[in-house]
Amino acid sequence: MTIDFGHPDRPNSYIGKTVPRPNAPRLVQGRGEYVDDMVLPRMLHVAFVRSPFAHARITGIDAAEAKAVPGVVRIFTGAEVAEVCTPWVGVLAHLQGLKSPPEYAIAVDRACWVGEPVAAVVATSRAAAEEGAALVEVDYDVLPVVADMMTALDDDTPVLHADLGDNLAFRRVNEQGDVDAAMAGAHKVVTAHFTTARHTGVTPEPRSILADWNPADERMTVWHSTQAPHMMQTALATHLDIAESRVRVICGDVGGSYGIKVHVYPDEVATAAIARIMGRPVKFIADRLESFSTDIHARDHEIEAKIAVDAEGRILAMDVDDWTAIGAYSVYPRTSAMEGNQVVNLCGGPYDFEHYRARTSVVFQNKTPTCQYRAVGHPIAVAITEGLVDMAAAELGMDPVEIRRRNLYADDAYPVTSPAKMRFEGLSHHKSLDLLLDLMDYDGLRAEQAELREKGVYRGIGIASFIELTNPSPFMYGIGGARISAQDGCTVRMDPDGSIVALSGVTEQGQGTEAMLSQVVAEGVGVAPGQVHVITGDTQVTPYGGGTWASRGAGIGGEAALRAARALRDSILEVAGAMLQSDAAGLDIRDGEVVDAKSGEARMPLEELGRIVYFRGDTLPQGLPRELVQTRHYITSEYPFAFTNGVQASYVEVDTDTGNVRLLKHWCVEDCGRIINPMLVDEQIRGGIVQGLGGALFEEIHYDEDGQLLNGSMADYLVPMAAEMPDMVIGHVETPTKESSLGAKGAGEAGTAGAPAAVMNAINDALRPMGAQVTHMPFTPERVLRALGTLKD
Amino acid sequence: MSDQFENRIDIALTVNGEPVEARVPAGQHLVDFLRLELGLTGAHASCEHGVCGACTLRVNGDAVRGCLMLAAQADGAEIWTVEGLSDSAAFTDLQEAFVARNALQCGFCTPGMLVAAEELLSAGGVPDRAEIREHLSGNYCRCTGYEAIVDAVETVARARAGEAAQ
Repeated sequence: MTIDFGHPDRPNSYIGKTVPRPNAPRLVQGRGEYVDDMVLPRMLHVAFVRSPFAHARITGIDAAEAKAVPGVVRIFTGAEVAEVCTPWVGVLAHLQGLKSPPEYAIAVDRACWVGEPVAAVVATSRAAAEEGAALVEVDYDVLPVVADMMTALDDDTPVLHADLGDNLAFRRVNEQGDVDAAMAGAHKVVTAHFTTARHTGVTPEPRSILADWNPADERMTVWHSTQAPHMMQTALATHLDIAESRVRVICGDVGGSYGIKVHVYPDEVATAAIARIMGRPVKFIADRLESFSTDIHARDHEIEAKIAVDAEGRILAMDVDDWTAIGAYSVYPRTSAMEGNQVVNLCGGPYDFEHYRARTSVVFQNKTPTCQYRAVGHPIAVAITEGLVDMAAAELGMDPVEIRRRNLYADDAYPVTSPAKMRFEGLSHHKSLDLLLDLMDYDGLRAEQAELREKGVYRGIGIASFIELTNPSPFMYGIGGARISAQDGCTVRMDPDGSIVALSGVTEQGQGTEAMLSQVVAEGVGVAPGQVHVITGDTQVTPYGGGTWASRGAGIGGEAALRAARALRDSILEVAGAMLQSDAAGLDIRDGEVVDAKSGEARMPLEELGRIVYFRGDTLPQGLPRELVQTRHYITSEYPFAFTNGVQASYVEVDTDTGNVRLLKHWCVEDCGRIINPMLVDEQIRGGIVQGLGGALFEEIHYDEDGQLLNGSMADYLVPMAAEMPDMVIGHVETPTKESSLGAKGAGEAGTAGAPAAVMNAINDALRPMGAQVTHMPFTPERVLRALGTLKD
Repeated sequence: MSDQFENRIDIALTVNGEPVEARVPAGQHLVDFLRLELGLTGAHASCEHGVCGACTLRVNGDAVRGCLMLAAQADGAEIWTVEGLSDSAAFTDLQEAFVARNALQCGFCTPGMLVAAEELLSAGGVPDRAEIREHLSGNYCRCTGYEAIVDAVETVARARAGEAAQ
């Protein structure tokens, strides 16, 4: 039986309603349980000695002084940890040519970036471990450093990993049609050079792990702040040589992840290895400097790109040359080639055109490894595409809205395959743009802009259309050989009191997974959401699943939950039919009661059904199934990804004297398919936008030419704070995916995907009368003043 | 540490209305003392240099960074953490507004955010949105984008002003 989503007043209509998050009251009372809040008997703390050099041979480690610190229990070198922990290699078979050397939990003889662990100090308190770590003497021979991205492949640049032959980790060209011919025959060709800065996630809760090896029953239990508990179970089991079934990963409250906590980190594996060796619980909580120097970085790209248009503003071709430097290793197991790969898949995404070429070159360097971070590749591809589209419009003297109108895929064009070979099931670019223009009063805003410009006030309006990749299939990682699950499962059961328990393989990172699941299960079974207790984040109790990444929780985990809930409903009604001597098909469950489907007349509360099934089963017919528990797993199969679409607008004021950009307001219309909880979706989009605004205006990791990290603190790496952020208007178009009965696509990354491009276009719209243009993010006052010619040196 | 310096200090203070006596390491931060010694894990250590506000506590009536104050400096102080403020129903309306407006996602910044917001609210009046944003500008939230937090604080300010007027 399917749910008739067209009727908002249907019984149990919780899907599509704003219901509160069941875990929120706990968090506002300070009763969250983050890893660092956990204390176990005999627990030890580990602190890491980290390389102060970007590239150096380790020639000796003297721990004598550190061992004398009261509280210090033991000190480990890389070689000692390597005895129980094998190295890993971050490659995937379907990313052809991707190479990376073996990476150890603790560097064995060579450190390749500032912050790489070179020794570990274990003590009875974190303070003692840190004191000990400061006293470990490491002798280094400094080696030549590869710091610059664009010269990494030059003949006179040293090769970072000699065994690999060169510094090229990965290269891919995605090509369709005849780009050169289209460019040659075009009315206009616009070229631009873009850079996106190196970012990091700055999770409020630093990376955290508490590992406990119990040698008596040979089991490893790990409390981990992670997005992918089952993936971590596999990684720890594989590299510590423990049977996977003997590793349990528990993920309680997570204080922010944004993609940062979906990777295998050397220091975290080392912590588990040390617990294995010592047979005691060992805790590692990164401090803020460690967060900046060892959490994955992302988005360090330089791009040369061209767009060709005809006289009517129709896009003829795009040509993109993308470069990115990923640090010293490709990160395990998702690899550091994925971001560049996404850029060449996503450029030009919203537009209907023919000739496309995009190349990414992914190089090694002596910096912190980069990997997948919220909206992987999207902000880069959207900035390139939307930047070029606006520049082409300016060349043609065309309004930015009009050029988009002429090129966006028509809303009835689907299904369609893009020149980058992405398959779109159903998008709504034009409808979304219509709604956006309406919400922002585009014409009114243009009039205001013109009026203020007369008074010397430079305001700009920027628009960015985009697509977002969600609900990934095994085409993302599984086909490349990684044990990263694209499917997800949910078990739903009814307990004797009539309450429902749902166990899911997707995880709660604060986005509202548990609320979403409670709504879906509540509607699927026929109870109030408050009657559903959701359990996530424990490999020992939940069905096997992928966790939270690539905006998959609602689309994949939600569908599994809906199917399990509907199956449980059928089981309950089969029992109810036998008890009430009625045809099960004529019964329904509403608000926790079995009712007559036609009249709605109450027949029996679930509580009573539970009492009979669990305690007076003798009164039921023999052979009647008693399983009030159902499990369903779901995987997408028709499309590799469920693409969503949206469009954002930014309204800014540029102070041409100081170069300061003030964000006045921001709009986003997003089509994420079926919306399960409107408020949670809006807040995902708002939070995502602000993360994108950070990249547009503030965030940039700086290194010097020796590979030294220059801004490893929150005082020096600027993130968006409340005072600088605008209010944001969010609108929706709903085009449910037909692949699932729920119809949900992802919404977690759309905000981040489009915001930087919208701001860039808004700033350039403001600067255009002065002939100035910015394309290097973040758009700091200095860069704006340079664009204006005020700063010249 | 050299023996000529006193490296342990006796303190007596009030935490969430209860008297506490302790001997603390001279270098221990207040937030670490509360978390490690008293099990009050509501305030969080995040940046540990006074920028992010996740460790914000109420000390002698003011919103104070728990990572920028030593436990030894808290001798004689009256300290309230989110646990005590919850148990004493000091800002239940604010907590309910945060839940209703989804003004928190991961919840890690929330205890500090609540203490900082309550400092503004307890000053009375109805601050405008810019004032709310300014007051909270030392509290980092990576999840929400702040708008929902501003909404929740504004709602409570209006409600309290309405009640005060009646």
